[in-house]
Amino acid sequence: MAAKEIAVVCGPGGVGKTTVAAAAAAMAAWHQGGRVLALTVDPARRLADALGLSPSGDMPEQVPKSAFRAAGAVPQGELWAAMVDTKKSWDRLVTRHAPDRATARRILTNPLYQDIAGRFVQSHDYIAIERLYELHSEGTYDLIVVDTPPSRNAIDFLLAPERMAEFFASRLLRFLTVPYRSRLVDVASRPFYYVADKILGSQFLQDIAEFFILFQTMSEGFVERAQEVERLLADRRTTFVVVSTLEAGPVREAETFMSLLPAQGLHVGALVLNRVLPAYLLADGLKERAEDLCDQANELAGRLCATGGALQEREPAQVSRVLREIGTNFNNLGVVARREASQRSDLGRSPGLAVSVPELEGDVHDLASVLELGRHIWS
Amino acid sequence: MRQSEAPTAPRLLDRKLLFVTGKGGVGKTAVSAALALLAASQGKRTLVCELDAKGDLASSFECGPTRFEPRLVAPNLWAMSMDTEASLRQYLALQLKLPRGQYVAPLARMLDFVASAAPGVREIVTVGKLCWEVRERHYDMVVVDGVASGHIIGQLAAPQAVNRLVRVGPVRNQTGWVLDILSDRSTTGVLAVATPEEMPVMETMELVDRLAQETTVGLAGVIVNRVLPELFGTREEEAFDALSEPAVAGSLSEALGGTVTPLLEAARLMVRTRRSRAAHVERLRDFLGPSVPLLYVPYLFLRSYGLRATHQVSAAIAAELES
Repeated sequence: MAAKEIAVVCGPGGVGKTTVAAAAAAMAAWHQGGRVLALTVDPARRLADALGLSPSGDMPEQVPKSAFRAAGAVPQGELWAAMVDTKKSWDRLVTRHAPDRATARRILTNPLYQDIAGRFVQSHDYIAIERLYELHSEGTYDLIVVDTPPSRNAIDFLLAPERMAEFFASRLLRFLTVPYRSRLVDVASRPFYYVADKILGSQFLQDIAEFFILFQTMSEGFVERAQEVERLLADRRTTFVVVSTLEAGPVREAETFMSLLPAQGLHVGALVLNRVLPAYLLADGLKERAEDLCDQANELAGRLCATGGALQEREPAQVSRVLREIGTNFNNLGVVARREASQRSDLGRSPGLAVSVPELEGDVHDLASVLELGRHIWS
Repeated sequence: MRQSEAPTAPRLLDRKLLFVTGKGGVGKTAVSAALALLAASQGKRTLVCELDAKGDLASSFECGPTRFEPRLVAPNLWAMSMDTEASLRQYLALQLKLPRGQYVAPLARMLDFVASAAPGVREIVTVGKLCWEVRERHYDMVVVDGVASGHIIGQLAAPQAVNRLVRVGPVRNQTGWVLDILSDRSTTGVLAVATPEEMPVMETMELVDRLAQETTVGLAGVIVNRVLPELFGTREEEAFDALSEPAVAGSLSEALGGTVTPLLEAARLMVRTRRSRAAHVERLRDFLGPSVPLLYVPYLFLRSYGLRATHQVSAAIAAELES
């Protein structure tokens, strides 16, 4: 990560992207130095607490060095953290790109704006990337680690800038924003209006048109910006970190990701396999030993209880039950571990990139547990 | 069903339209497939519909890819994938009486427009199609493998939003009966799926609040998926600790002809992981109170997922509903 300025952490939903991103940022601040920012979209409350983020943390805040010291680490650099507030970011964007303050005000107070800012062109995806660009261009940080929003389709966010540009260039926007009367003259587009009117009613179409006429005043700034964002993502200084668990669904999505990113001209730096079961579950001979433990539980329990020591007071029947549970549990987990191993070999076409993070027992709730996770991905 | 529940609350499978939702990765599709299989096995004509076209539903039934046109995947059970364009085409033909085929070119553009600009229209075409299947009584039950909890509020609130924004026209007229079906608690409900982890539980609680505040749709229940087994009771755990003492573990290893340390380690891993997760389940249970059905589905230790897993989840849900 030494030569990178941006790390985009991406992958399917529910695999621990946010935590992995925080861990990578914390490790970079600890070992690599410089000023590192963890930019996150929707952190778990306890992770936010771990990073010292306040609920409205739209602006970056520094994670106190005392938190590192409490975790037994002396950081070479600084760790900063910020959340993306979609609504605030949109408002800032509108204010920046509107031709004048009056237009900005009219957009911000337009009743459709709230509905639309929340919905169109995958606006959450776009705004996260936009915020990344904004913070990067400030030049305050040596490295920004961003975790991507949970997309319905995980690749959406990559196409977001492109879609934004397309949206402003689209015929639809023109259809919508031409004066109502000239629509009737244009034979080619008449069927469109016919259907649209039929479905939505012309009043609603006009309402929408009004809004987009306002919005269009910002198109130049927006498109330019979207293109710059795209260039930044494809730059060598930006690396993509794909995170997945070894469950079947996520692996399928991660595989798509691993092939899609290079196809989009983006650079994959690492594949993090999260919540992987410990390797000892796959060790030779243990499956059989666990089976023996179940089969011979009664006999073993009797012998152990008779020997005295710690089991002196115990009932052999109870001990036997415990032994069987231990054996069954080992082989249950073994089944999952073997399933994971075969998923892993499916993903293993680029073995140099993959690192595994074990299933951690508790939640990540303080900087120490963030760093604990970080140790597994940092090499 | 619980004793404490009001006698008027409909049983989970008596509803006609169930939206299954939850945070990404909690097993929404597996639960939807299992629930649909259970309903079908009880003799209900059942439709299960996947909203995002990831193809996970097809793998739950080990059938070929699902399409907009429902396909029979088990006795009484049909599966389909939502396709906004096909749905809109059907809507135009059936509801607005537009002749089929004639408007294909403008339709394609229309859809771009729908998808990217008009608030709520994509949602209403989706929700409208599902409600229509219920209204026309094509099926006894429709199970929706829904969008993630972050998105479902927007989807279920769309009819109201459209009602607010679109003042006249056929769409407005359509939203009336859609709203009626969605708001009828004996007909329609949301089933939230969570795993016993921090974020899925938090998202579920957030969803329950927002569902009540921003939509007219009722909460049918919550499923906690992938619950880890409890290996030991209290007394047994003491016995386990005693077994872990070096001297005892040593003689056990000797008796089995090799070390048992990894076996004990794996048991400890399970006990600790389950314990840290139990706290989240408890928080969820306290939050929901006794009136919301809360079902537990165990973690499945299976070599692979597919129809076999779907049957097992289905059996687990059935057992929970009977208890």
